[in-house]
Amino acid sequence: MTALAQSPGPGPSADLPPPVGRLRGLAIALYRRPRAQLGLLLAAPLGWLVIAYLGSLALFLITSFWSVDSFTGNLVTTPTVENYVAIFTTDVYRTIAIRTLVMAALVTVTCVVVAFPIAFYIARVASARRRGILIVSILLPLWSGYLVKVYAWRLILAQNGVLNSALGPVGLHGPGYSDAAVWLVESYLWLPYMIIPIVAGLERIPSSLLEASSDLGGRAGMTFRRVVLPLAFPAVVAGSIFTFSLTLGDYITPTLVSNTRFIGNVVYDFVGVAGNQPLAAAFAMVPVTIMLVYLVVARRLGAFEAL
Amino acid sequence: MLLPRGLRIALRVATGLTLAFIYLPIALIVLYSFNSARVASWPIAGLTLDWYGKAFANAGVRNALLNSVEAAIGATVVSLILGSLVALAVQRHSFFGRQTLSFVVVLPLALPGIITGIALNTALRTIGVDFGLLTIIVGHATFCVVVVFNNVVARLRRVSRTAEEASMDLGADTFQTFRRVTFPAIRSALLAGGLLAFALSFDEIIVTNFTAGVSTQTLPLWIFTNYQRPNNLPLVNVAAVVVLLLSIVPVYIASRLTDDPAAVAGARG
Repeated sequence: MTALAQSPGPGPSADLPPPVGRLRGLAIALYRRPRAQLGLLLAAPLGWLVIAYLGSLALFLITSFWSVDSFTGNLVTTPTVENYVAIFTTDVYRTIAIRTLVMAALVTVTCVVVAFPIAFYIARVASARRRGILIVSILLPLWSGYLVKVYAWRLILAQNGVLNSALGPVGLHGPGYSDAAVWLVESYLWLPYMIIPIVAGLERIPSSLLEASSDLGGRAGMTFRRVVLPLAFPAVVAGSIFTFSLTLGDYITPTLVSNTRFIGNVVYDFVGVAGNQPLAAAFAMVPVTIMLVYLVVARRLGAFEAL
Repeated sequence: MLLPRGLRIALRVATGLTLAFIYLPIALIVLYSFNSARVASWPIAGLTLDWYGKAFANAGVRNALLNSVEAAIGATVVSLILGSLVALAVQRHSFFGRQTLSFVVVLPLALPGIITGIALNTALRTIGVDFGLLTIIVGHATFCVVVVFNNVVARLRRVSRTAEEASMDLGADTFQTFRRVTFPAIRSALLAGGLLAFALSFDEIIVTNFTAGVSTQTLPLWIFTNYQRPNNLPLVNVAAVVVLLLSIVPVYIASRLTDDPAAVAGARG
């Protein structure tokens, strides 16, 4: 800003009123040069997001081809594919990757099933006033308290916690800290991310289509299967991007409510405990690659228009 | 829409149950913070305010709270500036790579947090920056920009350009037009975006874990390092409620400020 204010630029021309302040002069100079205006607007954000953030991501990709000297613990920058070889040939890593993928799929399916009825109610049944209240009450937990919610579930699922004392009289037992607990908590955490897109998708379905279906003799079930579901499908895919991606990368939930390791836990340990950044980067490429493929497929299915 | 009565009732029940499922765990953690017993067994032993006093007397908690507030304010200020700059550029100019830029802004929130965390961690280590409050702010601001951007872009799309053009025609320059016309129009969107950014930053742990280093703790990090210590359990409950309040209240206010709350939902994680 100051640099530009000091640079001369074209002075005020003759047809303009003479007393022109420095700020006004700058404004005129900028008005005449939309490109410079754009440059000023974009300099800081581009510097931050493109250079710092994308630069970090690029460096992260590059480090996945580096290695760690086993004696000194220093980074060796000679390119090698040994990290990728290790990940694809070690059984443990493969098991963990598949486990994470299955978990993400299970969580996504669960979220769709649980989200649909409430989304349908919000979008097509509730009055306008109630609709607003409901949307806000879905958005509040979507935006806030991620760690707090996982921690709350840790208390609920504890040996002498709420769930076991509620199920005890019926002779049942909660999942404790286990894979089932991870499934439950991840589904809980990401449910709002599925509800909101489905609400938006259902709202976009013209009422005339539903009326036409029932005029033609389609009962509620038939209308749902043949009209509502196909039209809401892109919205479901849009929601699944979040539920899938967020489950793939989560390492906090498995740490708090299970003893099982998922991709995120392994990656976290590689960075922290093992101090092996290159191996962490290579393993983290697994969820990144899965998400890129997922996004391409989701785009084909029309999910981006539904966002 | 005309639905059979039974189905209508079933949907209403399902909605009620889902809301209960969403809110019961949150209510429970609030209740536990008043639990007079040290252990988190159910039913709770009795109600007390003691842990709140003890938590605020605890140097670790106080320090972490202060760090969290500072980090959230820092991240909010940075993302307000960067987010509104990008929004103005994208919405008021056409240029090569505009679509790509909108995508890059969303990326830190769309990618799993762990990726952003490690990438920043690697970059900061490579440059040789010391981890601390500043690096936490850098990490948070990176994914908070998008919420400000989303809010301001949505508002700019709705505000007609004619008012800005009229202002220019009447002799106001770019800055005067921004101050008197554009800024008042986007003010509440900025406030909403800023509040969301504050909330996102305040309860963040996934990226923070990679950008905080060993000596600086935010409140979520304090919870993460203390939840397994039985002695600190009651304090963790209180810290959790504080984190919850300081993230949920700003989100609530933000949702009241935006015309269509669902439109600014966007992605996160």
